[in-house]
Amino acid sequence: MELLCPAGNLASLKAALNAGADAVYLGLKDDTNARSFAGLNFTAPQLAHATTLAHSQGRKVFLTLNTFPKPGQEQRWYQAVDLAAQLNMDALIVADLSLLSYAHQHYPHLPLHLSVQASATNLGALSFYKEAFNIERAVLPRVLSIKQVKDLAKVSPVQLEVFAFGSLCIMAEGRCHLSSYVTGQSPNTGGSCSPANHVRWQDSGTDKLTRLNNVLIDKAEANQQLGYPVVCKGRYVAQYDQDAKYLLESPTSLNTLSLLPALAQAGIASLKIEGRQRSPAYVSQVTQVWRSAIDTYLASPSSFTEQPQWSQALAKVSEGQITTLGAYERQWQ
Amino acid sequence: MAIRVTMKISLAPISYCWSKADVEQFYQQVASSSIDTVYLGETVCSRRRELKFADYLAIAHTLKAHGKQVVLSTMALVEAQSELNELKRAVNNGDFSIEANDMAGVYYAHQAKVPFVCGPTINNYNRASLDLLYQKGMYRFVMPCELSQQWLQAVLDTGSEPQYEIEVLGHGYMPLAHSARCFTAKHYQLPKDKCQTICQRHSKGLLAQTQESQPLLRLNGIQTQSAAQVDLIKQIPQMINMGVDYWRISPNKLADISLGDALARLLNKVLEDDKKSLQNELTQFAQSNDHLSHCNGYWLGHPGMNYTEHVNHLINQ
Repeated sequence: MELLCPAGNLASLKAALNAGADAVYLGLKDDTNARSFAGLNFTAPQLAHATTLAHSQGRKVFLTLNTFPKPGQEQRWYQAVDLAAQLNMDALIVADLSLLSYAHQHYPHLPLHLSVQASATNLGALSFYKEAFNIERAVLPRVLSIKQVKDLAKVSPVQLEVFAFGSLCIMAEGRCHLSSYVTGQSPNTGGSCSPANHVRWQDSGTDKLTRLNNVLIDKAEANQQLGYPVVCKGRYVAQYDQDAKYLLESPTSLNTLSLLPALAQAGIASLKIEGRQRSPAYVSQVTQVWRSAIDTYLASPSSFTEQPQWSQALAKVSEGQITTLGAYERQWQ
Repeated sequence: MAIRVTMKISLAPISYCWSKADVEQFYQQVASSSIDTVYLGETVCSRRRELKFADYLAIAHTLKAHGKQVVLSTMALVEAQSELNELKRAVNNGDFSIEANDMAGVYYAHQAKVPFVCGPTINNYNRASLDLLYQKGMYRFVMPCELSQQWLQAVLDTGSEPQYEIEVLGHGYMPLAHSARCFTAKHYQLPKDKCQTICQRHSKGLLAQTQESQPLLRLNGIQTQSAAQVDLIKQIPQMINMGVDYWRISPNKLADISLGDALARLLNKVLEDDKKSLQNELTQFAQSNDHLSHCNGYWLGHPGMNYTEHVNHLINQ
């Protein structure tokens, strides 16, 4: 079972490799990937360097091309595919049909991983992508329960990768317009969810407020913590109600350590750590814990138990410092 | 000079959980309206069982007998095997084409050689992807909600005229997201698998406002909608010029049938009339329907929730 870690820059890439990642995923410094934040990601020469570095240690490196080419600007995405092929990168993570088609036709030996942004949650969708583009692997959206993941793994025509840890996206990914409804930009169109230039942190003296394009997302007393303002994790007032509540989801993050045996037994090929936008320290901390957990499990599957120090270490770097199993847990649904 | 307007009015599937009686009453009215095309079926949640597949099929045949073009809509988020089976049943209905709202719908329709419409939750973001789906059997696509007029024009400007039809959501609450979690059940503190289809209480979703009383979202089971209704009535002449084939209404009340009926009659009339009168009549229309919370941001390339009142469009080139 592969441990796949995020790299927003070279320092994070080194942190991931040093802490025992089997593979890393990264993106170019433009809108061809959905973490298009200022100061993040790789130029073409940096990408070449990163690939050489990872390969010299026997690790894999995947290029994330998980946005949708804009009409008239498709060349930028096609060139990114060409670059990955030239650099002998180990896979492309792609969501768009035309881009899958381009890569499949031009570089049939370059493995294609279906991005979570393609939102494939069932056998029919996976079969479509397998037959049309010979994808090797698909990343499952964070909307399936563990039973659904297991059932799908039994019949899937491709390898499956799941999110193991990090920010919790609660919607069918790649098909969520909440960010663009408020800001005009979504992961699909603008390269990020809740773009930072629309975010405002306010302090009224008594209250702290977070806004996204002026829309009030959350409000808390001065001594409480507020999460980064994304629409799905705001506190709103429901019709016929008085109090503001987290009507969709509270600022929690995903932690599936306790599901490690179930995921391994289901034959999941890769565990993905979310967070290309996070610091090298986060990458290092999370990678270390998951490396240790996977190795412990593999050494003796039947006696695996979740060690308290793992969860403690992960809790420190979690959003809102609260973790959940998300949709993997039936109760959550 | 007389011009030929080919744009038609379509009715999206009801996205809410209504009682069987309400749904049947709704489609009785649709049957006698001038609306051209009707999409039918449950697209949000498989727990909603007020109407069974056979009930939808019966309505579809009634509508067809009244001269409607009928398309069977399928689920946007397909997870369980039972949902896949239901999807295959819709694809293999034998009489009607389908609206695929998940790539599984595309896959099974292609396998069965059933022509399909790509609904708004299929990620079509460029011309090459659309052309690829055309090769698989797509004969029409509904533009994803978050895309703009400029986007559509760029798609049309790429290569030759598309071989498939174009449909744009012109009126109604927009589907913004789908989740594994049921937000309506969560609000009533019910587990999803014992939800009692509590979403039936909210015939147009449950409104969620910010702590500054700004309407933001509508919770409709596992679906999250916009709090504001998209309103692109004033943009109809522009869409006609661009070659948009269908102007879609996502209904949330009986009055939406009247709107669709009036617009359909108007568009039919323009066959004998000129565009200037269409523009005038639509302007009045838009104004008389302008009192609710509306938005048109996505079409204009702005945040989706925005509403720009005065939009000047060139009527003709």
